[in-house]
Amino acid sequence: MRNRVYFDNASTTDIHPEVLNSYMDLLKKYYVNSESLYNEGSEINKMMEKARKAIAELLDVHPSEIIFTSGSSESNTSAIKGVCFADLTKKHIITTMVEHSSIMNACLQMHNVFGYDVTYLPVDRQGKVHVEDLKKALRNDTAIVSIMCVNNESGAINPIEEIAEIVKKQSHAYMHVDLTQAVGKVDINMKNIDLASISAHKLEGLKGSGILVKKNHVPFVPLINGGEQESGLRGGTSNAPVNMIFAKTLRLALENGKKYHSYIASLQKHLVERLQEIDGIEINSPADGVVGIVNFSYEAIPSEVMQNGLNERGFMVSARSTCASKSTDPSYVLKAMGFSDRRASSCIRVSLSRKNTIEETDAFIEALKEITEHYGEL
Amino acid sequence: MVNYDTVLIRFGELSTKGKNRKDFIQRLYRNIQYILKNIEGLEYRKTHDRIYIKLNGADSEKVKEKLQKVFGISSFSFTEKVDSDIDAISETCLRIAKESDKKTFKMIAKRHDKSFPMKSDAINRTCAGNILQNTEITVDVHNPELEIRVEVHQNETYITSEKIPGAGGFPVGINGRVLLLLSGGIDSPVAAYELMKRGLQVEAVHYASPPYTSENARQKVLDLAAMVSEYQRDMKVHIINFTDLQLQIYKTAGDPYAVTLMRRMMFRLAEEVAKKNNCLAIATGESIGQVASQTLESMVCINDVIRIPVIRPLVCFDKLEIINLATKIGTYETSILPYEDCCTIFDPKNPVTKPSIEKAEFYENQFDYASLIKDALEKQEVVRVFPQKDEEDFL
Repeated sequence: MRNRVYFDNASTTDIHPEVLNSYMDLLKKYYVNSESLYNEGSEINKMMEKARKAIAELLDVHPSEIIFTSGSSESNTSAIKGVCFADLTKKHIITTMVEHSSIMNACLQMHNVFGYDVTYLPVDRQGKVHVEDLKKALRNDTAIVSIMCVNNESGAINPIEEIAEIVKKQSHAYMHVDLTQAVGKVDINMKNIDLASISAHKLEGLKGSGILVKKNHVPFVPLINGGEQESGLRGGTSNAPVNMIFAKTLRLALENGKKYHSYIASLQKHLVERLQEIDGIEINSPADGVVGIVNFSYEAIPSEVMQNGLNERGFMVSARSTCASKSTDPSYVLKAMGFSDRRASSCIRVSLSRKNTIEETDAFIEALKEITEHYGEL
Repeated sequence: MVNYDTVLIRFGELSTKGKNRKDFIQRLYRNIQYILKNIEGLEYRKTHDRIYIKLNGADSEKVKEKLQKVFGISSFSFTEKVDSDIDAISETCLRIAKESDKKTFKMIAKRHDKSFPMKSDAINRTCAGNILQNTEITVDVHNPELEIRVEVHQNETYITSEKIPGAGGFPVGINGRVLLLLSGGIDSPVAAYELMKRGLQVEAVHYASPPYTSENARQKVLDLAAMVSEYQRDMKVHIINFTDLQLQIYKTAGDPYAVTLMRRMMFRLAEEVAKKNNCLAIATGESIGQVASQTLESMVCINDVIRIPVIRPLVCFDKLEIINLATKIGTYETSILPYEDCCTIFDPKNPVTKPSIEKAEFYENQFDYASLIKDALEKQEVVRVFPQKDEEDFL
């Protein structure tokens, strides 16, 4: 098999060697239950609390506001349901038309099963939410507003600070932000944000690991019941080594995000420029989108076919969000941005990391040229 | 304790005589040894009408599971081997009766060695008498709960209470080699099974259309081939890149005739592959009327391009029968994985159900399919697949 090129870093990332090494050490050594009363248990518990503190400092929140979870899907679902179920007098949710499936399906369930009213805010051609739409949608009975910081398909960045401020000032609703694609790429001010979701595996960390930031003033009902772990907000024996290593994962991600920002931006610029060489390729990502994500369409070739062709030539890319990649429907994100069915059914998402090279992007362009020339006629 | 230490294997459709019979037994003997090759301690012996395997403590459940997949076996039994002596026989029969929890029984004795001093009926009466005197169990010749079978040979006698049905048919390979068009759907793996059952060694040809079909679709076909290959050791799969032909067909003929032309090309390719690989026929999983390309008219039009015989083992099967068989041989779950549906470009909206040969030829004459076929044959990839192991290192 020829050299494989990984251009799917928004799906997941490979593990950082420092994270892996520390994790292996922790995993071998610290196996006892962190809730246990004997010395070994308390030691682990202490270490986990140290990690929680380190994470809180990095995010500028209080340690008691960090809940360890299995990742962003759980954090997102918990945020919506945990807040809604804590105050049953409020029956309205605001989100957007382009959220991750964990938010979309949680809202759909809140509507279908529990009778909640859900407002899906539109986005513009750049994939962004307009604050005017948000202002109009806010109601007295709005329980939660959930808006992602960075869209996983288009890379569009929402004006989260502005949005959070409006929610804070003009309503009693709680503000949740899905930060999954934003960490290390966009500066985040947690000031007006009540809840936030982060996954470790997007940050060169472990799969099955994440956090939900939940500010202390937010009433919350746990989704997973259990013992007193996570202050009773998320049951189940703590996955101590995994939770501990989240701190290092986050620290490295924030450091490397700064360090490699301009390098990835230059790769991205080069890729976007070279994509223009191919007739029929149109860029779907906004010009001011997040660093690393390039979404484009070549309408004559549907996403799956293009992906197969690229796979054959050694390139790993996604089309829609990987969480929806088994479906052949057009991307709802691109549809919401106002693109045609055809364009939304032929999108390809390249997501770059600090490990990609200019040679890889050039080889990618050559592969695209080959495929579009050979299969672009139908 | 009854010690069922010897497997007695009865042959399937052994109507032929002379050298063919010898070949049959020899092939079956080899096929059995091959499928059991990973089980240690087995001792094999063959006679003119039986094959015996001495277990020497090997796991009889494993042996049973494997033997049920060998074509050419009509049935087999786990037996206790004793001397051909009426006292020893009778005593073992009694032990079997005592150890079973059944209420009624029947004796079925058979003398393969006619020099044995007692006739079958006398053996039955002696053994039954002994059981009746020493147990509560009674005789029921019509619906016995327990059947005690006695096979008397010259020096030894085999006694069993169980007759396990075999897969039937002929030993794979005895009747030659065919090339099967393997698609990844439900039907073609079942066709492979039916062909092997009649003693045919099956090779497969698969047409892939990357990038319109995915790597997953290709892997699925190889997985299916590996599953059915257990009935015949392994399987050679020829993978032919069909994309250029397919694109050319769509450009030239458009929607209605595309499937007909594609099938004609597939048959042409298959005939060539078959000839090169000493396959005397090609085979398909077609079933009459199932889809547009499987009407009688379509078959005529598609079959017209080749001279090699086409075997269609499922031609008169109902879909449900095919699904049941696919479930039985374990390919159904894999077959229904949706990979090949990922691309709808080549999904014809209005396929012709009564294509005419003239029209098909008219379209074909508009492009140089011969060189595309030649090209596809040159680039074919050959993969040999083996029955899948259940164990992965990480499990």
